[in-house]
Amino acid sequence: MVEIIVFAVCAAIVLVGAVGVIAARNPVHSALFLIQTLFGMAVLFISLEAHFLAAVQVVVYAGAIVILFLFVIMLLGVDQAEDLNIEPIVGQRFIAFIVGAATFVLMVATLAGSSDAITGQRQATGPLGDELTDNNNVRELAEALFTDYVFAFEATAILLTIAVVGAVVLAKRTSGEMLPVPQNTLEIREADYQARVDARAAELEANAAAAAEAGEDGSAEASSAAASDDDTADDEMADAEGGDA
Amino acid sequence: MEITSNWYLILSALLFSIGAIGLLIRRNPLVMFMCVELMLNAVNLSFVAFGDRLGDIAGQVSVFFVLVVAAAEVVVGLALVVAISRRRATTTADDLSVLRG
Repeated sequence: MVEIIVFAVCAAIVLVGAVGVIAARNPVHSALFLIQTLFGMAVLFISLEAHFLAAVQVVVYAGAIVILFLFVIMLLGVDQAEDLNIEPIVGQRFIAFIVGAATFVLMVATLAGSSDAITGQRQATGPLGDELTDNNNVRELAEALFTDYVFAFEATAILLTIAVVGAVVLAKRTSGEMLPVPQNTLEIREADYQARVDARAAELEANAAAAAEAGEDGSAEASSAAASDDDTADDEMADAEGGDA
Repeated sequence: MEITSNWYLILSALLFSIGAIGLLIRRNPLVMFMCVELMLNAVNLSFVAFGDRLGDIAGQVSVFFVLVVAAAEVVVGLALVVAISRRRATTTADDLSVLRG
């Protein structure tokens, strides 16, 4: 009875958290819902008598991975809430839901169809007890990990080293081709836009002035003549400078 | 009524499906990573459930390795997201179509 209650409560926590992860507009809320799911999962691990994994689940997942997510969210700015009302590809949500439901139905059908096959054979070298006993879970896990799976264990050490080096290389600031960080980008975009608007306005003003001048040509010869005089004066000055050079 | 490992497997399937749907509909790379974590956790739960049913510790050993791979994946993925967000104002999965070259 207790087991049923624990399972029901934890399943509810896990599923609500999972739906929250994909439905929350703000990434921070998604990360917090993910923590909820991971804690519920840890309790389920305990009820399946995987005590070491329950502890690792809390320490590594909730304590390290989600905190890493939160660091990056804070680094990139928390105001990037996604507008979930806009569906960029028409029908994407519907198709995604169909795909997800089909995956679920497929897995449950496989489970229902092959239930006997899965329960059929127990491991020949496994423990004789019906379940992994409480006290020996960590010991058994360690024995398996450091005897049968020791090569894979060492390989994970190399994997983690490569991941750390890769993260450092990717996150390293390179010189020269650096582009501005997001906030600056927006400001620069705005400044660039403003500069282009000003240039366009100046261009239009010059065109209008030229048009006005052309229109005035007939009526006001004198001003145009004065302008041409100025032009010739400029030319002479330019010539003089050229001669000096 | 007894809680058999089938219940855990069905919960695992449900969780995996929710993660898959989230991966398909969300466009923020960080949330997409979280959905991948959901799917990995669903698989972890099924590993432990199968290990419990078959009395085999190898299920839990597999979960251990999945944890390590998930940690490495998150580290590299988040470094990529940070590197991309330095060069672009927004990080949306749709914008990354420029990677086509």
